[in-house]
Amino acid sequence: MSTNATYPLTPTAPLGRAGAARQAGSRAKAWARRAPLLPALVFMVIVTQLPFVATLVISFMQWNALAPQNRRFTGLTNYQTVISDPMLRSSVLTTIALTATVVVVSLVLGLGLALLLDRRFRGRGIVRTLLITPFLIVPVASALLWKHALYNASYGVINGVLSWLWSLFGSHHAPQPDWISHTPLMAVEISLVWQWTPFMMLILLAGLQSRQLDAVEAATVDGAGSWQIFRYLTLPHLRRYLELAALLGSVYVVQNFDAVFTITSGGLGTANLPYSIYQTFYQAHDYGQASAEGVVVVIGSIIVATFALRTVSSLLSQEASR
Amino acid sequence: MSSTARRGAVWSLVAWIAGVLFVLPVLWMVLTSLHSEQDAATNPPSPGAALTLQGYREFFGAGTGVSPWPPLLNSLTASVMSTLLVLVLAVPAAYALSIKPVRKWSDVLFFFLSTKMLPVVAGLLPVYLIAEHLAMLDNIWLLVILYTSMNLPIAVWMMRSFLAEVPVEILEAAAIDGARLPTTLVRIVAPVAMPGIAATALISFIFSWNELLFARVLTGVVAGTAPVFLTSFVTSQGLFLAKVCAAATCISLPVLIAGFAAQDKLVQGLSLGAVK
Repeated sequence: MSTNATYPLTPTAPLGRAGAARQAGSRAKAWARRAPLLPALVFMVIVTQLPFVATLVISFMQWNALAPQNRRFTGLTNYQTVISDPMLRSSVLTTIALTATVVVVSLVLGLGLALLLDRRFRGRGIVRTLLITPFLIVPVASALLWKHALYNASYGVINGVLSWLWSLFGSHHAPQPDWISHTPLMAVEISLVWQWTPFMMLILLAGLQSRQLDAVEAATVDGAGSWQIFRYLTLPHLRRYLELAALLGSVYVVQNFDAVFTITSGGLGTANLPYSIYQTFYQAHDYGQASAEGVVVVIGSIIVATFALRTVSSLLSQEASR
Repeated sequence: MSSTARRGAVWSLVAWIAGVLFVLPVLWMVLTSLHSEQDAATNPPSPGAALTLQGYREFFGAGTGVSPWPPLLNSLTASVMSTLLVLVLAVPAAYALSIKPVRKWSDVLFFFLSTKMLPVVAGLLPVYLIAEHLAMLDNIWLLVILYTSMNLPIAVWMMRSFLAEVPVEILEAAAIDGARLPTTLVRIVAPVAMPGIAATALISFIFSWNELLFARVLTGVVAGTAPVFLTSFVTSQGLFLAKVCAAATCISLPVLIAGFAAQDKLVQGLSLGAVK
C-alpha cells in the first residue's frame, strides 16, 4: 500500500495544511525529546527481553543437547515436569528462606551498626571503612574464603579457634563440627549476611544523617528517653530507607548464584532457583526443561516485582512531593 | 566521668569491636595468603608463623606456569568497556527522563527497573544459544554487552536522580538568553552530573568485576574472567589454602581500592541515587 492511499486516514488531514505542519513540528519535537532515550531502550529490549521470547518458545520443546535429533514441540510436557518436580519446589522454598533470612538479618544488623556510627567518636571514619570491607570483597572470593579458610572442618579457623580455646583448659577434645554439612543453608546465609550487612548499613546511615536534628533536640528538652526518640522519631523517618534497602537487597540476594555454587554446589538442600536452572541447563543439558523452569521463575518474579515496584513507586512520589 | 559520657564510651567501644569483627575474616584471608601452605592448614591455627610470598608466587604462575594476567585483563576489559557503554547509553536516557522528560517518563523508568527484577538465569540459555549461533562464545565482547545490560537500569536510575537536581529555572533562563544546547550542557548540566557519573561508573565497574554466572557459562580458556580463574585454584589434591587466599586478595584488590577511595559515591550508587 502506498503512503498516499493512507494519507486521508491520518488524523492530521482535517486540520489543513497549517495544522498538519504544526502537528508535524510538534511530532518532530516529541521525537527529539525521545531520541536520547532510544538507544538505551532499544539496547535493553534487545538484550534482556528478546531472550525471554526465545525462552518461552524453547519451553514448549523437547530439546536435550545430548540428543539433539529428538528436538520437537511437545506442548506443556515440560511444564508438567516442572510443576510436579519436588526438587524445583524445594528450591523455591530454599530461595524464599535464603532471601528472607539474609535480608532481614542484615537489615537488623545494619540498623544497629548505622545507629552506632551515627554518633561522634574517635576513629568513626576508620570503623566505617572496616565495616564496608566485606562488601568490597569479590563475592566468589568471599565464598571461597568462608568455605575453605573459615568453615573447613579440619583446617578452618572456626574449628581452629575452638581447639585453641579448649587447649587453654587442657582439653584435646574440642568440638570440631563440619559446619557446611551440618548446617549447609546457615553456612551460606552467614557468609551472605556478612557481605550484605555493610550495604544495609550504608543506606540506613545515610538515612539517619538526613534526619532533622531539631525535632530530636526538642523531644530531649521535653524529657523524651532515647528509646522513645528512636521509636517515634527515628524509625518513622527511616521507614523509606528501610524499604529501599530491603527491596534492593532482595533483588540481589534472590538471584544469588556465587555463594550457593561455591560453598555447597547446591547440595544438601541449598539449591536455590538460579542454581537449579543453571544445573538443568548446564549439567543436565535439558534445554526444554530449563526454559520451562525459567518461564515459571519469570512469572513468579513478575508477581513479586509488581508489589516491589509499587513500593518504589510510593518512594518516588514521596521524593517528588518533597 | 559522667554517666552519659561513660555510656558514650561504651557504645564507641562496641562500634570498634563490631568493626574489627566484620573485618576479621578479611584480615585472616590476607594473613593466610602470607603463610606457607603447611602453616596455613594447622589446627589450632598458627597466626604467628613465618611470612612468605609463596602463595602470591603461585598465584602469578610460579608452580603451574599459568599466568593470571589474561583473566585479569579480560575482567578489566569487560568492566571498563561495559562501564563506558553504560555511561554512553545511560546519560542521554536519564536526560530524556528528567531534564526534558518524555511523556510517561515514570513508566519508562519502571521498565528499566523491572528488567533488574527478572532473574538473569532465565535468559541465560537463549543467550548461550544465540552466542553459539553467532560464534560469540568465549568472546569478551559478549560479556561487555551482557554486563552493560546488567548495569544500565541501575545507571539510568542513578543518573536520573542526579539530573533531576539541575534547576529547571536556570535552564529556561539560559534558553531565553539564547544559550545553545551544548553550552547549556557544559555550563549547567555537567557540574551537577559529574558526581553522578562518577558514582555510576564506580558501581558499574564493581558489579561487572564481580560477576560470575555469565562468565562461567559463556566463556572458556580465551575470555575467562578473574572470578572464573579464582575457582580454578581449588584442587582436590594437596594444600591450596594460602594460594586461594592470595588469589582472592589480589582479585579483590581493584574493588577494595575503588570502594575505599570513593566511599561516599558508594552510598549514592547502591541506593540508585535515592540517597546522597
